[in-house]
Amino acid sequence: MIENNSSVVLQSEKVGILHLYINMIRKFYKSILALAVAVSISVGYVAAQDSTSTAAAAPAGGGDVAKGEELFKNNCAQCHAATAEVVVGPGLAGIEERRDYAWIKKWINNPMGVVASGDKYANELYNKFNKTQMTAFGAFGDAEVKAILAYVKSAGAPAVAAPTGGSSTTTAPAETGGGKFINVILVALLVIMGLVLVALLGILQLLNKLSGADAGSADASLSFGEKLQAGLKNVAANKTVRSAIVWAFILLATKATFDGMYGIGVHQGYAPKQPIAFSHKLHAGEMKINCAYCHTGVYKGKQSGIPSANICMNCHNAIKRESPEIQKIYTAIETNKPIEWVRVHNLPDLAYFNHAQHTNVGGLECKNCHGEIEKMEVVQQRSTLTMGWCIDCHRKTEVNGKDNGYYTKLMEAHKAVSKGAMKVQDNGGLECAKCHY
Amino acid sequence: MENTNKKYWKGVEELKNDIGFVKNANREFNLDDIETVEPTHRRDFLKVLGFSVAAVSLAACDAPVRKAIPYLNKPESVEPGIPNWYASTYSEGGEYCSILVKTREGRPIKIEGNKLSSITKGAVNARVHASVLSLYDNEKLKGPKKGSSDIKWEELDKEIVAALAKGGNIRIVSNTILSPTTKKVIADFAAKYPTAKHITYDANSSYAIVQANAESFGQAVIPSYDFSKANVIVGINADFLGTWIAPNTFAGQWAATRKLSSGKNGKRTMSRHYQFETGLTITGASADYRGMIKPSQEGAVALALYNKVAAALGGKTTTGGAVETQNLDKCAKDLIAAKGAALVVSGSNDPAVQTIVNALNSLLGSYGTTIDLGTPVNYRQGNDAEMTAFINEVKGGQVSTVIFLSNPVYDHPRGAELGEALSKVATSVSFADRADETASKCKYIAPAPHYLESWNDAEPKKGFFSLTQPTISLIFDTRQPQSSLLTWAGLNSDYHAYLKSNWSKNILSGKSWVQALHDGVYEPAAGATASGASFAGNVDAAAASIAKVKGAGIEVSIFESVAIGTGLQANNPWLQEMPDPISKVTWENTIAVSQKTATELGIAQGDWAKVTVGGKSIELPVLIQPGQANGTISVALGYGRTAAGKAGNTGENVFPWITNGQYFANDAKIEKTKDGYTLAQTQTQNTIMGRTAVVQESVLGEYVKDVKAGRFEPKIETSEGEKTPYQITLWNGHEKKNHSWGMVIDLNSCTGCGSCLVSCQAENNVAVVGKAEVARAREMHWIRIDRYYSSEMGHDEALAEKGIIGGYRELEIAAENPEVVFQPMMCQHCSNAPCETVCPVLATTHSSEGLNQMTYNRCIGTRYCANNCPYKVRRFNWFKYFENDNFDYHMNSDLGRMVLNPDVTVRSRGVIEKCSMCVQRIQAGKLTAKKERRRPIDGEIQTACSQSCPTNAITFGDMLDENSEISKTLAVEKEGRAFNVLEEINVQPQMSYLTKIRNKDGVAKAAHAEKKEAHHS
Repeated sequence: MIENNSSVVLQSEKVGILHLYINMIRKFYKSILALAVAVSISVGYVAAQDSTSTAAAAPAGGGDVAKGEELFKNNCAQCHAATAEVVVGPGLAGIEERRDYAWIKKWINNPMGVVASGDKYANELYNKFNKTQMTAFGAFGDAEVKAILAYVKSAGAPAVAAPTGGSSTTTAPAETGGGKFINVILVALLVIMGLVLVALLGILQLLNKLSGADAGSADASLSFGEKLQAGLKNVAANKTVRSAIVWAFILLATKATFDGMYGIGVHQGYAPKQPIAFSHKLHAGEMKINCAYCHTGVYKGKQSGIPSANICMNCHNAIKRESPEIQKIYTAIETNKPIEWVRVHNLPDLAYFNHAQHTNVGGLECKNCHGEIEKMEVVQQRSTLTMGWCIDCHRKTEVNGKDNGYYTKLMEAHKAVSKGAMKVQDNGGLECAKCHY
Repeated sequence: MENTNKKYWKGVEELKNDIGFVKNANREFNLDDIETVEPTHRRDFLKVLGFSVAAVSLAACDAPVRKAIPYLNKPESVEPGIPNWYASTYSEGGEYCSILVKTREGRPIKIEGNKLSSITKGAVNARVHASVLSLYDNEKLKGPKKGSSDIKWEELDKEIVAALAKGGNIRIVSNTILSPTTKKVIADFAAKYPTAKHITYDANSSYAIVQANAESFGQAVIPSYDFSKANVIVGINADFLGTWIAPNTFAGQWAATRKLSSGKNGKRTMSRHYQFETGLTITGASADYRGMIKPSQEGAVALALYNKVAAALGGKTTTGGAVETQNLDKCAKDLIAAKGAALVVSGSNDPAVQTIVNALNSLLGSYGTTIDLGTPVNYRQGNDAEMTAFINEVKGGQVSTVIFLSNPVYDHPRGAELGEALSKVATSVSFADRADETASKCKYIAPAPHYLESWNDAEPKKGFFSLTQPTISLIFDTRQPQSSLLTWAGLNSDYHAYLKSNWSKNILSGKSWVQALHDGVYEPAAGATASGASFAGNVDAAAASIAKVKGAGIEVSIFESVAIGTGLQANNPWLQEMPDPISKVTWENTIAVSQKTATELGIAQGDWAKVTVGGKSIELPVLIQPGQANGTISVALGYGRTAAGKAGNTGENVFPWITNGQYFANDAKIEKTKDGYTLAQTQTQNTIMGRTAVVQESVLGEYVKDVKAGRFEPKIETSEGEKTPYQITLWNGHEKKNHSWGMVIDLNSCTGCGSCLVSCQAENNVAVVGKAEVARAREMHWIRIDRYYSSEMGHDEALAEKGIIGGYRELEIAAENPEVVFQPMMCQHCSNAPCETVCPVLATTHSSEGLNQMTYNRCIGTRYCANNCPYKVRRFNWFKYFENDNFDYHMNSDLGRMVLNPDVTVRSRGVIEKCSMCVQRIQAGKLTAKKERRRPIDGEIQTACSQSCPTNAITFGDMLDENSEISKTLAVEKEGRAFNVLEEINVQPQMSYLTKIRNKDGVAKAAHAEKKEAHHS
């Protein structure tokens, strides 16, 4: 009997402790769930704040002015301000009062031609600005020039609300930078909590199973500590639990090994120190210089191209000449030794990648692969650049076939047999010899 | 099916049961020369394993820092990753080609033809293709030399000017110079130093033509020939498709007369081509009728033809011309019938023979139609008499200064004499790019840059000009010969400025220099009509002179090979490894001899023999060559260089055998010295053995009656009756929605010249493997040109007469004077590709554009695909061929690797590679179209082989584009000449071939045999 009893006691004890655990875990689970919901909402909020702030910064103007702004920023802003401020060349505010339209057009299309023609104003201007040659924009027709002038006029006018340059952009990154840091912490917390939840749920189920269907009442004679100790002992002695732990360990170790191995040669986050502390944040972010201004090949060919020193000199023969970093460029030119930048994005030789296909034809933005370059002080590899990453994008991305005669018939043919949009993979985007040859 | 109970030989060796073959019968490769290695011990194995694991893991963890170095000052026209093209001109040793040079980031990597040139019309031969590799030859001199020590240019100039000022006879020796401006420089130099004289000679001389024309027409020139206007073409030892005068031009003209179309009103006429020759050349191989003659009979053949034609056309007959050879009467008959549209050419360097040929052409009315004396060509300006006089002067010590623009010690018959006598010359200077045979005997070497680093011009034909511009800055401390001569003459040494001013003053007549430079050529607007001429030569005197030429004993024919030429670019591994179009031998020259003569002499293939001619002996391997005239041997020029470089010093030099400018010799003594040698041949199977599933051919008469003449159309018996192989299939096929790339190869116009092969090698970074590896059948060429000889009997005939075993034994043997067919063979890009199904790792897959893709980084080297490929076009990288001292060719040096195409992966050891149909060009062409928001235009995408073919035998294009040339051709030829190789195995290749049609009378024997065969299969 006694033996019997004791066994009963033991059993009920076990059951009781299990119930305790179960209840505890259930409560914990609920609170964690509540917390998780709260956190995710806050993350969403921060994200939303971000998106609204960028949305607000977008210009509301239309027609010529909008086009002019784009043209101006892509082509003129490197050297000219729309205000009276002198950057490399003169500020353009009030340009239309100073010169007539015909002269301006001629100048834009071929500035050195105007200088060479002996035009007095042009020569004075040329000499005033240390004989710095202005890039010719021969392709600009009346529409483009007028649009730029319209933008200059509107930008120069003090009544225009929310100026796009200057203060708002300089402060914005600081805000988003802080917000981002919090985001990272919150997301990390969320992930940890998620993992804990999963683990707890697992244990919960396991314990439920062990406790069986008939849950007896707990024996009050034993202290909580003793109960816990006995319970843990029981759990440890349980073969199922033991093997489960061993298996879990093996699986985790295997996964970690595989993850590690997949990571070999993947240099996401690689941000080497460069010989010149060039800041993309300053140039691409604050100054809003178009990427293609320096990376001249990005719409044309395979390589986007690292800018040669003479491109730097377009601006820096006038700006910040005394800076020690800029002096390095001068030294390079004087000693005839090219600047040895450290390559950040390294594809293996066996993979062929062409920028023009993606930027010019595919219409992708630089940040699709390079991340938010305009916020990077030091350039960093943001994407994994693995084949899986390429393939994934080729599976998801729609072919940018609009107004492209190459794709017109293909799109029609695709439409005839499929409801969905034509993805890159539908046009052979997953085939080996598209990248390996 | 066909061919089920036949026994195939791997090669002649198996058939003959050679000892070497039997010994290796159970081994995959002949690896006799590889030493057996001691077995690896367990401990060593563990050591190596441990080290490798550690090394690999260390290497994997550490990311090497890679640098990206931009230009300091980027030239506006250069965009990294985008090629730039420059028009230029190849003119070396009188050979001319107008070219476009592709440069990447400032380095030339590929040469293509310039279609704006009316002379070459975009044709580029193998040697011109390969010349880009000679630019990156690491064995060139890095700077000027005095003796064997370095010297500065200023000092060299000072010393030479001082020497020149001393007076005495000054001689400038060169091969043909096509450049009018260079000649002006030499004239300016001669004006400053009046004792200077310019001597021109040619390594392969055509001086006899000049002499004969001077005598016959009073014009000491070589006329321009137009083969495209000829209905009957006769060549007498003139390899005009391969090496004679201007093959780049002639091949295209010849091929124009050989094109056929099976369309409703298609062209069904062809020229008829007779060739009388000693050794088998690609011209003879492409001829409709070929006669074998001994070299001493060249004159007799010309005389015989002349007498026969003269008798019929009322000309003055003469004595002589008794000669026994095939098809001579028939040839004369056809010539007479084709009066006004005939052309006879001879490669003889005997003025008497050329006079008879002139008389013959004159009778046939060729002057004014197929021959134009009004616009002569300048390809061969050599004057044998002056050169001989010069060598005598040197020997007599009458020359005080000699300046070499060429390498006569090697490539002149009296080179050895000259070399010895050079010590008598006070000042000797060479402009060679390396210390070659002549330069190493000179006091000074003022190295010239490669033509791709130089400014120059050329006048290949009277009134037709062409410009050479540098496509890379000087690699070494070299200086153009023109600048050197100007400096020494005390003039401004800027040759660029000199050239420009000469052009604006004397050539351009007010037209734009920039435009001329852009186009590469400057030509008269409209082609002037060919002018006639009346023959005034003395036929009888010529006949008498010919009668004196007597053959004796074994005669030797000394010829120029297609790959190496006269040895100017001997140190070019691409050219050395390019198989000879006929013999398929690489890396050396051979003694070519017919089977009959070989048996008489007691020599066989695999032997080496010592040949003695006029007391001068050489030792070379023996090659049994079908089509070689009995009682003769042929040995190629251009080999046996001793100072060309690592790759070039191979084979034996036969220039010394040339006597009195005659490229043949009598009374050769031949003795066997050793045996058991394996020639590095890329093809040992000589005949097709009646397999018309591979090569399909017919004759013109049959073709006119039925456009499908000669076609082999297999049928398969099924329960539903007879079907074509393509109707029954296990395969699902591949849908092609966007493009379907393919090629059509016209066997009728392929001359086997090998231009495509070198072009492909340059484009696709194909490795050079060397002689030993070629001998093991491990060459890497992505395109091979299969050459098949006909056998004496047709398939059915042989089997009926000799039974199955005897019959096939008979078929195995090439005929004594065989018909030849060339078949370019590369990956056929099968739609049902057998290679794809057997790859265990999916390294070879199919694209939606019809390409069979090969992914090197996925390949693990099982070689199952190569085994399963019915066309045997897959190549395995047995070794790492780059950065490997065992393969010390261009890929083993930084300089040599500059020729690599950056858009194509350099394959490493252990992977399979094969023709990709130039997928990099397809992708680039598509991208250009996409960027311009349009579809690709037919012709803007070309593969390396199709672009380079001098006869346009290869048509590449998109078979889904209805307007493409390939679609139009196939639309017409699908029910005509187009066939797929091995159609019965239903692999459905993207490549089609057009049947070979010979302009012969009668019925083709092989063609008939197969039609019957097809039915009972």
